[in-house]
Amino acid sequence: MKDMFEETIERLLSDFVTPEAIGAAETGAWPEGLWSAIEENGLAIAAAPESSGGVGGSWHDAYVLVRAAGRHAAPVPLAETILVNWLLGLAGAEVAPGAATLAIAGGSLDGGLFSGTLVDVPFGGQCGHVLTTAGDTRSLVLLSCSDAEQAPALNTARERRDTLTFHGARPVAVASLPDSAPGDALLLGGAMIRSAQIAGGLAHLLDMATDYANQRVQFGRAIGKFQAIQHQLAILAEQTSLASAAAEMAFASSERTPAPLPVAAAKTIASDAAGQGAAIAHAVLGAIGFTYEHSLHFTTRRLWSWRSEFGSQTYWAQEMGRAMCARGPDGFWPALISAMAPA
Amino acid sequence: MRLTDFNHAAIPPEAEAFRAEIRTFLDREMQGIPPVVRADSWMGYDADFSRKLGAAGLIGITMPERFGGRAAGAFARYVVNEELLAVGAPVSAHWIADRQSAPLLLHYGTDTQRERYIPGIARGEVYFCIGMSEPNSGSDLASIGTRATTVGDGWVLNGRKIWTTNAHRSQYMIALVRTQGREDDRHGGMSQFIIDLKAPGVTVRPIRDLTGGEHFNEVFFDDVALDRDALVGTEGNGWQQVMAELAFERSGPERFLSSMALLNTLIAQIGAEPDALQAFQIGRITARLMALRAMSLSVTAQLDAGEDPAWGASCVKDIGTALEQELPEVAQLLDTAEPRVDSGGDHAQVLAYLTQLAPSFSLRGGTREILRGILARGLGVR
Repeated sequence: MKDMFEETIERLLSDFVTPEAIGAAETGAWPEGLWSAIEENGLAIAAAPESSGGVGGSWHDAYVLVRAAGRHAAPVPLAETILVNWLLGLAGAEVAPGAATLAIAGGSLDGGLFSGTLVDVPFGGQCGHVLTTAGDTRSLVLLSCSDAEQAPALNTARERRDTLTFHGARPVAVASLPDSAPGDALLLGGAMIRSAQIAGGLAHLLDMATDYANQRVQFGRAIGKFQAIQHQLAILAEQTSLASAAAEMAFASSERTPAPLPVAAAKTIASDAAGQGAAIAHAVLGAIGFTYEHSLHFTTRRLWSWRSEFGSQTYWAQEMGRAMCARGPDGFWPALISAMAPA
Repeated sequence: MRLTDFNHAAIPPEAEAFRAEIRTFLDREMQGIPPVVRADSWMGYDADFSRKLGAAGLIGITMPERFGGRAAGAFARYVVNEELLAVGAPVSAHWIADRQSAPLLLHYGTDTQRERYIPGIARGEVYFCIGMSEPNSGSDLASIGTRATTVGDGWVLNGRKIWTTNAHRSQYMIALVRTQGREDDRHGGMSQFIIDLKAPGVTVRPIRDLTGGEHFNEVFFDDVALDRDALVGTEGNGWQQVMAELAFERSGPERFLSSMALLNTLIAQIGAEPDALQAFQIGRITARLMALRAMSLSVTAQLDAGEDPAWGASCVKDIGTALEQELPEVAQLLDTAEPRVDSGGDHAQVLAYLTQLAPSFSLRGGTREILRGILARGLGVR
């Protein structure tokens, strides 16, 4: 299904996600036309099994959708909704209707009612539902966002990262992830989608910077003819490649449940690449790339937030470092190989 | 597909099956080899080890069975090689013959050449080196001047090669030389020849490197007679043949695992409970190893499918060698151990050795600047 997903998402996002549309979303407008098209094409439920009401694509297939969401800077919770519906499917629950998001470090259930303060919730106030955990980190709770007190907040791309506070709300659904799922499955899932979005964003930066280097003439020739610029673009291409390979590895390894080491590796790599890539793109595009009028910043400002969200490079690298040191020198290599073995 | 897409490639089960076999071999044969010897990685020469590996059927495994191989795929070879590198096995004797010479001869060679050389390579007994650079032709390989002149139905070779790894302990060299045209002819008029390094007129002079070791050489050719069977492939097609080899040379696990011995001693030094900085750096290195391996496997799938992933291979090599070179830097940041030559603990010795060896990682097989030029050309700016 990968090719079909890719073709559909590219057509759809190319049509709807214009610089004007991203700019309008930054001022608070909800891109209804875009979201309707996403739902009509089944993309929001792409990776959920048919038994849960989904399309039945594999999680690996969903990689191209999430990457495309990043490449186009789609100002909607497409990646989050695909993830939430996949996780609900893993837990044997029905997909969530409409736009959905997720929150780490949930709250608690008392008499079947959920209470807790959910922070940094992507598009929280704009989604119908939020997936979080209650008590045991494998116990999923799907809540209606309209039941929450909402305090809006914005990341550097002016995407909503809201605080939602629930006082005794009745969940829409309660389900459990299988015991084989890692305890931090939601966080791993979030890290995984951000890694793929960063990979997509970097690919877009590379396209923009390469085009600009071929067009902009100084000292009588295109600046791309200067070796200094060529090598900067080569580094940007390398960082894009590394982030893409790592993100796809994370998806491919997580078909059954999120795979801790591959996801940790992907987010470590992608977060590192995001900063380096954004810096190179801005250096190549010069002053024009620093204007609001030019669309470069729609991607770079996203990268500057996505790299910190769902665990920074430092967080994930330290998680991995502790896990690998615990294996000792003799256990290091076998652990690396088995972490990358097909799921 | 974009250049920067590295489609995920999983190792097929039949290739993965080789892992248990090679690990069993290594458990037995690597006993007692100290970390500082393992630090030599694929520069470590041990003909006994290569012969044992060959006898175990683990060299030339992608070759047809009639030439002593096992008709296995590229991923099986990948599995065997990465396991060898992970433990720092001394594989240098046969490494280039297995990686480049045997596949080159299988692809371009005559039946006579295949039968003469490939079975010996697969036994771990016949070793090859690659003659590319010359004193005035390093990164600018197309400017080579060593020339084979037609005499009768053979050639006479004159000139010299330099920085040739293992020329002093290989039986044969496959050299790229000029057969027609002039030095400014660029990519035309070059051919590949098999040269018997014991032949009259060949002089091999080892060059001591900064570690005190002897890995590379200068090789002189004075009226060396080459018969018709010395030509590999088509006369005049040498440049194209060499370029096709480069993706094999640049995309394998040896482009990011050369410093594994140091990672192992560093982890031992740190212990099971790293502090925050140690955890961060070990995690970051692990992440890059995993991502590079994913990229490298993706390029292997393309090679296996008969594509020419020159761009992807250059990418793997540039990022991979940067990681290999960063390891000694990280090691000295994370630990107070001072590097030591010929004494001190394992970690101190491995640190000393790899710190000195590291500059070569981004020189051998194409420099960082050459690779970035290839990447820029692929992007369409050059």
